[in-house]
Amino acid sequence: MAEKTTRKQIDRRWIFLFMFIGVALPLIFTIGFPIETSENSEIVYDLIDNTPSGSKVILSFDYDPASMPELHPMAKAVMRHCFRKKIKVIITALWPMGVQMAEDTFSQLTADFPDVSYGRDYVNMGFKAGGIVTLQAMGKNFREVFPKDMNGTPIDELPIMNGINNFDNIDFILAFSAGDPGIKQWVQIAHDTYGRTVSGGVTGVSAPAIIPYVNEQKQLTGLLAGLKAAAEYERLTKEPGSATKGMDAQSVAHMIIILFIVIGNINYWRNKAKEKRGA
Amino acid sequence: MEHFFSILGIWLGVLFTFAIFSFLYKDNPFYKVAEQIFVGLSAGYWFVYTIFFILIPNLFDPLSQDIGANWIKLFPAALGIMMLMRLIPKTEWVSRFPIALIIGTTSGIFFLRYLKSDVINQLTATMINPFAGSDLVTIIGQLMLVVGTITGVIYFYFSKKHEGAFGVTAKIGIYFLMISFGAAFGYTAMARISLLIGRLQFLLGDWLGIISP
Repeated sequence: MAEKTTRKQIDRRWIFLFMFIGVALPLIFTIGFPIETSENSEIVYDLIDNTPSGSKVILSFDYDPASMPELHPMAKAVMRHCFRKKIKVIITALWPMGVQMAEDTFSQLTADFPDVSYGRDYVNMGFKAGGIVTLQAMGKNFREVFPKDMNGTPIDELPIMNGINNFDNIDFILAFSAGDPGIKQWVQIAHDTYGRTVSGGVTGVSAPAIIPYVNEQKQLTGLLAGLKAAAEYERLTKEPGSATKGMDAQSVAHMIIILFIVIGNINYWRNKAKEKRGA
Repeated sequence: MEHFFSILGIWLGVLFTFAIFSFLYKDNPFYKVAEQIFVGLSAGYWFVYTIFFILIPNLFDPLSQDIGANWIKLFPAALGIMMLMRLIPKTEWVSRFPIALIIGTTSGIFFLRYLKSDVINQLTATMINPFAGSDLVTIIGQLMLVVGTITGVIYFYFSKKHEGAFGVTAKIGIYFLMISFGAAFGYTAMARISLLIGRLQFLLGDWLGIISP
């Protein structure tokens, strides 16, 4: 890590220090850079906003604590939007820790929505191993894959699950995904096989691979990509949260990266010119 | 007591965060200890999780409750045991059968799914009339999509030398690829910075209380 640098190079630890300070300061002293909403975020917002009250949707939590900074804010904003619209939320998880992620999100909203009742307006069906094979089975018979919720309550005793037999009884699916299995498998099975509307949110790293599914075929109906999209969603719902707070730091960090790229290039060309003159 | 464990959890989180960050200065024993604990915890977590959340509910419970109705589960159980025979050099060959089955079924399932989602539907989504748009921005976007896809695919056609008109088209494809790599880098940078923001929100909010968590 601490390899020797020549006089022509900057010690990379300076860059780390600049980055650390550049991210920390905007978190303490808010700058308030404007957040413009993108079309993809607006599509996701409209999807939920135009869904009638009482509709039943699946929110799939396919991530773990490693992706919390990016996916948790958008999951919270989307779940809050669903509760505000009185949409009934069914939680599933293709990742084991997704169950806890959903519970943590729900626990942060219970104070704002005291009338949301577990089993009637919200249910956590827990984790199921198997990825794409599990989704295929859910499309055929949801009750066979999830005979009980995460607490062991039989599905027949949960009012929210009345009439839910397969994807046909679900209005849309929204997956928060950090990798495989995740949103790609939801697209392949729920949309491309069963024709259901699929949307969701992904980490910034996986966004370039998932964005092509937002296309004319509507394999994905909008997409929230990374912390920026989470902040956009908070803006659309007019409830700023941790993503909005983080965007000042994000913008400053990107400026520092651009600055160092420019400095690095100037240094490169200057050294090259010097070498030419020397030769 | 709950409050005590909550405080302890935060302090442990802080300790390990600084131990991992210390690697940015240089390799050191604190980083190594944190790394080893993380690896050990992850392995232990997955081991326990596999037993209690996969094997017990999906195999042991159904078999012990009603073996007559669930006898079919004995087949995957046997395949699992065959897979574990890899651990003994003399019986290693037995594991080839479950591996062959996994590869066969996985490729069968994935071939169909990927063909439909990543080839047919993606191709169909590109077969659009680029001029059918309500505004100029949409039309330009659609033209870029069609031109970028065609020239990008042409760049990966290696059975003809990239020269003349074909070479120019392939060159245009490279520019589209470079722009997409730049966008991917931007997203990656954003994702990594988001993780740093998450850690600093924890340090400044949950630990120091300087900002609201």
